[in-house]
Amino acid sequence: MTGRQAPVSDWATDFDHTDPTWVADPYPIWDELRRNCPVAHSDRYGGTWLPTTHELVSEVAYDTEHFTSRAVVVSNIKPTDLDLPAPIGLAPPITSDPPFHAIARRMLLPAFSPKPINALEPFTRSLCRELLDATRGMSHFDAALEYTRHIPVRVIVQMLGFPQEDADIFRHFITQVLENVDQSVEERQEVIASGELDAYMNDQIAKHRAEPRDDLTSFLLEAEIDGNKLEDAHIRGTMVLLMIAGIDTTWSAIGASLWHLARHPEDRRRLIEEPALWDTAIEELLRAYAPVTMARMVKEDFDFHGCPMKKDDWLLLPFPSANRDEREFPEADAVELDRVDNRHAAFGLGIHRCLGSNLARMELTVALQEWLDRYPQFDLADPAAVTWSGGQVRGPRSLPVRIL
Amino acid sequence: MTTPTYRVEVDQAKCQGHNRCYSMAPELFDVDDYGLASAVGDGTVPPDLLDKARRAVANCPEYAITLTEVPL
Repeated sequence: MTGRQAPVSDWATDFDHTDPTWVADPYPIWDELRRNCPVAHSDRYGGTWLPTTHELVSEVAYDTEHFTSRAVVVSNIKPTDLDLPAPIGLAPPITSDPPFHAIARRMLLPAFSPKPINALEPFTRSLCRELLDATRGMSHFDAALEYTRHIPVRVIVQMLGFPQEDADIFRHFITQVLENVDQSVEERQEVIASGELDAYMNDQIAKHRAEPRDDLTSFLLEAEIDGNKLEDAHIRGTMVLLMIAGIDTTWSAIGASLWHLARHPEDRRRLIEEPALWDTAIEELLRAYAPVTMARMVKEDFDFHGCPMKKDDWLLLPFPSANRDEREFPEADAVELDRVDNRHAAFGLGIHRCLGSNLARMELTVALQEWLDRYPQFDLADPAAVTWSGGQVRGPRSLPVRIL
Repeated sequence: MTTPTYRVEVDQAKCQGHNRCYSMAPELFDVDDYGLASAVGDGTVPPDLLDKARRAVANCPEYAITLTEVPL
């Protein structure tokens, strides 16, 4: 999955977010860059910038004048103005710029506001229990394979009103889009452009059109922008967005949190004995193990704090690095479950704030509560066997645990 | 001696719907159908909720909440 590129010689001038060192543990790299080179540059992927401080990451997130969101996954395929027309982009609104962005986002916000998301909690809780039931009697198993990876995809499939048994189709697609970013252009095109996923979504759209139900697909079919129903391409784009944004990310957050709890019995004990701690604990785990690094492209040549940015350069936006900035978070590398002041940026900042943040927070909370209820005592079966995903979404892809 | 009165306010231009204030202090904040926050009523903070109001301010990622002392 990683290491197809040449080894990185210097993180300030040649970084690569798929390099095995970065994938294994990017935090020391970001710490060093925040101190010595707050905006790094690499020629890889056709030219990429990397701001690392909270201040600079915020500045870029708020600056929609100089940076476009029409492509948000840095890879060897650099979209042109022709194949990804701004302001809509492939998966609105994450790939949209103002002013269209606000229209596409406003249409979706009601489906992801706190109240409808809270209604999904019982489904999520019983899903977690069902997954844990399947591990009954096992003293060693891979928590990423048996537990964390199933949760977000099955919740999204439930929201869209697709059959639960189709969850694997999406998981495969997501791994291809988000994790295999260091493949050649040809390898990526082959899978992404195969049309298999489009055909599946078209079939579901047709079924929902024939027989509307109370789910997100029917909601999208009914939605209007300026009095017009959405085109099928927009509906498919939104479905792709939910998968890209909602599956790998939350899977990663749940897995990284379990990885933390496996190594910190005192934090497990506190969560079990002090239920009032959950609210701050979830935010702290999100801060410390924020999975998502976003990306932007530079709209036109311009000077950013002395950096000569060129049109169509990539820019990685590492919210996890911003979350470890000592100037914003005292003792930033310490995980303090009772941290009271916590303006973390795990869900981004500005107009692209994660649409699914309420959903992600609910899933993370339920997944950890149900796990600790079932397995209050566990540790890593083999710390060296834990593997992390490469690319812009970081989380454990193998997490062998031992139940104590 | 009079206890000062405080009021919270959400800057609608800055709120992006992170929902942190509503989840930690639903007595002081509400969210609309779009998940965007506003102060409950005129934003007056009962003395026993002052600590919660301060926490909401300190946890808003967008710096959208202000807590001000109301002049007597």
